[in-house]
Amino acid sequence: MHATDAVQSAKRGIDVCNACRYCEGYCAVFPTMMLQRSFTDTDMAYLANLCHNCNGCYHACQFAPPHPYGINLPRDFAEIRLESYAEYSFPKVLGRAFNRNGLTMLALVGVSLAFVLLGMLLFVPHDILFSAQTGPGAFYRIVSWGVMSLFVGASLGWSVIALSMAARNFWHDTASPLTKAISQSAIRTALKDIATLRYLGGTDGGGCNDIDASFSQTRRHFHHALMYGFLLCLASTSVATLMHHFLGWEAPYSWYSLPVVLGTIGGIGMVIGCIGLIWVKIATDPAPVARRVLGADYALLILLALVAKTGLLLLLFRATPIMGTLLALHLGSVLALFIALPYGKFVHGILRGAALLKSAVEREGREVVGG
Amino acid sequence: MPDFSQFYDVAIIGGGNAALCAAVSARQDGASVIVLEHAPKAFRGGNSRHTRNLRAMHEGPTSVLTESYLEDEYWDDLLRVTGGETDEKLARMTIRQSSRVMPWMSECGVRFQPSLTGTLSLSRTNAFFLGGGKALVNAFYDTAERLGITICYDTEVQSMDLDDGFAKSISVSANGFPQTIRAKTFVVSSGGFQGNIDWLKKYWGEAAENFLIRGTPYARGRMLQNLLDQGVQSVGDPTQFHCVAIDARAPRFDGGIVTRLDDIPFSIVVNKSARRFYDEGEDVWPKRYAIWGRLVAQQEGQIAWSIVDQKSELLFMPSVFPAITAGSIRELAGKIGLDADTLEQTVSEFNAAVQPGDFNPQKLDGCHTEGLAINKTNWARTIDTPPFICYPHRPGITFTYLGVKVDERARVIMADGKPTANLYASGEIMAGSILGRGYLAGFGMTIGTVFGRIAGQEAARHARN
Ligand SMILES: Cc1cc2nc3c(=O)[nH]c(=O)nc-3n(C[C@H](O)[C@H](O)[C@H](O)COP(=O)(O)OP(=O)(O)OC[C@H]3O[C@@H](n4cnc5c(N)ncnc54)[C@H](O)[C@@H]3O)c2cc1C
Ligand code: SF4
Ligand code: SF4
Repeated sequence: MHATDAVQSAKRGIDVCNACRYCEGYCAVFPTMMLQRSFTDTDMAYLANLCHNCNGCYHACQFAPPHPYGINLPRDFAEIRLESYAEYSFPKVLGRAFNRNGLTMLALVGVSLAFVLLGMLLFVPHDILFSAQTGPGAFYRIVSWGVMSLFVGASLGWSVIALSMAARNFWHDTASPLTKAISQSAIRTALKDIATLRYLGGTDGGGCNDIDASFSQTRRHFHHALMYGFLLCLASTSVATLMHHFLGWEAPYSWYSLPVVLGTIGGIGMVIGCIGLIWVKIATDPAPVARRVLGADYALLILLALVAKTGLLLLLFRATPIMGTLLALHLGSVLALFIALPYGKFVHGILRGAALLKSAVEREGREVVGG
Repeated sequence: MPDFSQFYDVAIIGGGNAALCAAVSARQDGASVIVLEHAPKAFRGGNSRHTRNLRAMHEGPTSVLTESYLEDEYWDDLLRVTGGETDEKLARMTIRQSSRVMPWMSECGVRFQPSLTGTLSLSRTNAFFLGGGKALVNAFYDTAERLGITICYDTEVQSMDLDDGFAKSISVSANGFPQTIRAKTFVVSSGGFQGNIDWLKKYWGEAAENFLIRGTPYARGRMLQNLLDQGVQSVGDPTQFHCVAIDARAPRFDGGIVTRLDDIPFSIVVNKSARRFYDEGEDVWPKRYAIWGRLVAQQEGQIAWSIVDQKSELLFMPSVFPAITAGSIRELAGKIGLDADTLEQTVSEFNAAVQPGDFNPQKLDGCHTEGLAINKTNWARTIDTPPFICYPHRPGITFTYLGVKVDERARVIMADGKPTANLYASGEIMAGSILGRGYLAGFGMTIGTVFGRIAGQEAARHARN
């Protein structure tokens, strides 16, 4: 990591926090920073990714602006996180996508949609594309299973590689003697922290400052809806792939089939989550918000909402003549999402997961060392 | 814009912990309530926004307090720090009530944290607020708003119309506009007068210009003065305040907890003449923390410098302001503007007087000097290994002791000993009744919370009848 303005500002803030320590009960960041007296730029990348942006330490801070000390950790950390996504991205040149991420994502979605739509217009006979298709293999009369698998597999496969590399880069850069070995129990702790979004609940479950100085679980619940919705949709696609590949059952599946039920619940969860999180972003007190990161935040939420909505619409209207167009929109947005995974806000999940794991590993390590 | 013409049941003067506890309690008992806070919203909450804990009696372990802390031990602690300048009846009542306030605070949204690092020694006696005092103040304001209490920021109460022990109205400046507010009862919770440098000058002369105020600039004692002028009985020594040595580079006001310096036991401390003036190793630091403010206040220019060498660098929490470092004592003297020859002489005399011993920062180690006019009695080590590290100190005032006298129902007492009819007080403005001297960590918030509750309930009851 580099000594950017945000890194400098956060370091100044943390020196004050270390003398104050009033926020030590809010999240994992404070107990971690209290172990040290001075911080490298890389330490800041770690702390920033450990931060869940709950705003607790802004609203509680007697030294927040307009106080002359001007402590504003959530804002500094949000900027550092964005810088760290670029720093650790693979390949590194593509980290530039984070500079104006909102615009980049918009362009990507546009190109991807145009690519799929044009492709269909060019290669699919129009009487098939614009008429109702029913029965097994209805979708594949428009885009063959092979072509679909090729694009989805290639984009998702690449993204999985790139995200793994980003996690690896982060892990190596922030490595400490304690992170050499990773225990099972540390992995369990980290997975639990991720699955429950523990630090969006204020550790004691009393909530966070989602909107203003009062506490709520709003953001946590919407994020759950989105995250679990997304996972259900992935599960739906995986089940469908297995059914197709091993059982030879071709989509579209019935309303009561496993993939459709999973996908419907997941899709609705994603839509609720996206809309809720966008609402929180609009309603929240802007003071602790880093404006520079908003483009990336909104871009991912809108893209996820687009994927979910086109998926649900496709399900609703799959027996009508607009099915072909909806399929194009859905596949186009899915393709954009998969390509965007390592180069947009989605990275936060990976690096925060890594940071939580590091935190769990180091806590255990210290307990052992300290007796 | 609030409705100033409304005839409220209870008008609360101030916007810190004591004021909010009174406001919420009165509202919960059915009264209509208006809160008048001088500070703008961003700086609401007075000194309370800088606090971190409150001291609570408890008979057994709770989710946030360990073991037990019973009335007699609490009372003994109070007796010790005040040297008897307290009121046993009020004090014991406060102590007993302190065991009951935490559930109510939780209902009002205040969150406590399980005892964590660094604060373990206090986790038996003191409950720590999650996020500190500002989070507590936020929770109370949030509750007050939800309950329909009228809250006015940027509103200074300037005087009260007090007629023969009966409070009729108050004159306020609301965002600069004069208003008169009438109410059936009034609670005054406007804190001390430490924010009023001119008032401090009455006792301390020009030296007061060099005092730093650790908390809010809005505690200026305007209502305290107004009430004393109208024949309310005072408590506490007007010349005295709680004061600690803090980093001289702290802002004039509101520097808060982070300006504290903990290096004195490992250092030598010199004044403007580059001479030592007190035993830096007299006792463990928490016990000596509070005397150094006064000591520095008595030096020329109200400033002093602590000097340690590289050996001690990691023994204390660094200041949030950068250390002044130098490769030699002479260079250091140049940097801080002291006479280099004298400073060199002070350091070399000190070094020559250091006796051998087993240095141990964790306890009174007996490492001392011999033969100096002012010896250092513990942690005395030679100061000879560069870099030399120096911090400037000034007196940092926490709160003043002067206040109004109250009875156990929080009623303000007139000079003739009679209680006022409808005027109550809570918090720092009456704390001198119980804490006439010294300080017990966490007791300020306890007094404010207990008396805020009582004042609010009594005021609501009086308004109903
Ligand atoms: C840095 C620091 C740390 C501290 N830490 C602790 C701690 O951990 N535990 C503890 O128990 N105590 C602590 N104290 C002491 C504690 O702050 C006080 O005992 C307590 O806050 C007093 O509460 P209060 O409501 O009476 O006064 P304050 O919180 O000072 O509130 C006074 C209020 O009155 C308002 N006001 C003043 N005059 C007027 C007027 N004329 N009109 C309208 N409004 C007016 C002010 O704006 C302010 O809102 C600390 C103090 C400081 C400075
Ligand atoms: S954010 Fe503010 S209140 Fe919290 S620990 Fe840091 S300085 Fe203290
Ligand atoms: S914003 Fe929340 S998660 Fe981030 S450092 Fe502050 S308290 Fe911790």
